[in-house]
Amino acid sequence: MEEKVKAIIAEQLGLQLEEIKIDSRFVEDLGADSLDLVDLVMKLEDEFEVSIDDEQASNLRTVKDALDFIEKLSRAV
Amino acid sequence: MRRRAVITGLGVISPVGNNVKDFWNNIVSGVSGIDWVKAFESDGYPSRVAGEVKDFDPTTYMDRKEARRTSRFIQFAVASSGDAVADSRLSEELLRSEKVAVIFGVGMGGMDFLEAQHCVLLEKGPQRVSPFMIPMSIPNMAAGTLAVKYGCRGKNLTIVTACAASTNAMGEAMKMIRNGEADIVISGGSESTITPLSFAGFGSMTALSKSPPEKASRPFDKNRDGFVIAEGSATFIIEELEHAQKRNAPIYAEILGYGTSDDASHITAPDTNGRGAIASMRSALEDAEIEAGMVDYINAHGTSTPLNDAVETRAIKAVFGKETLPSISSTKSMHGHALGAAGAIEAAATILAMKNGWIPPTINYETPDPECDLDYTPNKAIKKNIDYALSNSFGFGGHNATLIFRDFTE
Repeated sequence: MEEKVKAIIAEQLGLQLEEIKIDSRFVEDLGADSLDLVDLVMKLEDEFEVSIDDEQASNLRTVKDALDFIEKLSRAV
Repeated sequence: MRRRAVITGLGVISPVGNNVKDFWNNIVSGVSGIDWVKAFESDGYPSRVAGEVKDFDPTTYMDRKEARRTSRFIQFAVASSGDAVADSRLSEELLRSEKVAVIFGVGMGGMDFLEAQHCVLLEKGPQRVSPFMIPMSIPNMAAGTLAVKYGCRGKNLTIVTACAASTNAMGEAMKMIRNGEADIVISGGSESTITPLSFAGFGSMTALSKSPPEKASRPFDKNRDGFVIAEGSATFIIEELEHAQKRNAPIYAEILGYGTSDDASHITAPDTNGRGAIASMRSALEDAEIEAGMVDYINAHGTSTPLNDAVETRAIKAVFGKETLPSISSTKSMHGHALGAAGAIEAAATILAMKNGWIPPTINYETPDPECDLDYTPNKAIKKNIDYALSNSFGFGGHNATLIFRDFTE
């Protein structure tokens, strides 16, 4: 799942896969702006068939945050 | 003495070439860029031909992330402006200024992305609509993106006067140079509207040619049956003369005159007497402070619609009279009608005609029409020295705009 999440992030942010580290911060390290983050969350929701509300989304600051959150949601399903 | 506006750089993305050299070589050789529509499955549409830009890879001009966040008309503007900036040998420092403006003409904006996102809305609901739907659709985002890209902090405007948009943009840019509001204006137009909804809408107006590609765009021909939608962009670096001379910039031409008017008669049909077109050309001549007889070449709006070409012919005859008729051609016969970008692409054709001393042809011209009884440079370019050239653009809404260029000699 980690590889898939990283691949989606790389694609959405126009980066190379190897630039995406588990502790990369979306805004500070990966150059995302607020529009990118909304777009990224939508893409993750679609890919993993989960629903992430705005408040939850605002707490996803790093690749690890996103991965942990999706894993938790996926287990709950 | 008034400040003078000159063109110091040029970039073109068009159905007949994605750089200035290919564009000109094809235009002067009478090569058509019109073909069957490739952008979408056009079975069942009234018109199925288009002037599409070929082999355009946005990542040649921007990184992958920017390419994802911009729609095609914005990508075209980034591409053509990049070439224009390089051509003009402008440094990054010179562009990062409040004295550098951006004025672009766009007719429709990012309809491609808008239509795709409307499908998302209907199929998946409002929560799935892209956060980029607005910035990728709104017509001002070509000019907005260029400001961000080059750091131009001066006036930033988008003119939306349908098919007159980029001619109006360049005229307003010239005025800004004259009145001291800017030393440099990045100006031109961009359009990419080869989409199902656009074809359906223009089709319902019966504005589009139903002919096969090789005969679809035939301005002034008796059997013309509508225009051919095209896409593309042209950007010009419009600069104050002394500013350009001080930095030894290459100078293509001077923008000598600008006229603009409105028919004030019908939302889409031109005034049959060509009153608005006449007013536009006359005010451009007056602004340029030249006599009609001095104009050597007219790059006509010449859309290949029955109405436009007859009305424009009437207007040209009214302004120029029989004795002083310039050479005339419609390069839309080759690159099609790029709507909001048409004026800019045709300004490029006009300036290159002037620089090279060739009148580009009106191709597909076979059958004379009594309503269009002038010499439109049929099918073959002719060699001719051009000191003054005029380019017309007319748009739905009754908008008319005319630019006059002068070959640059000190």
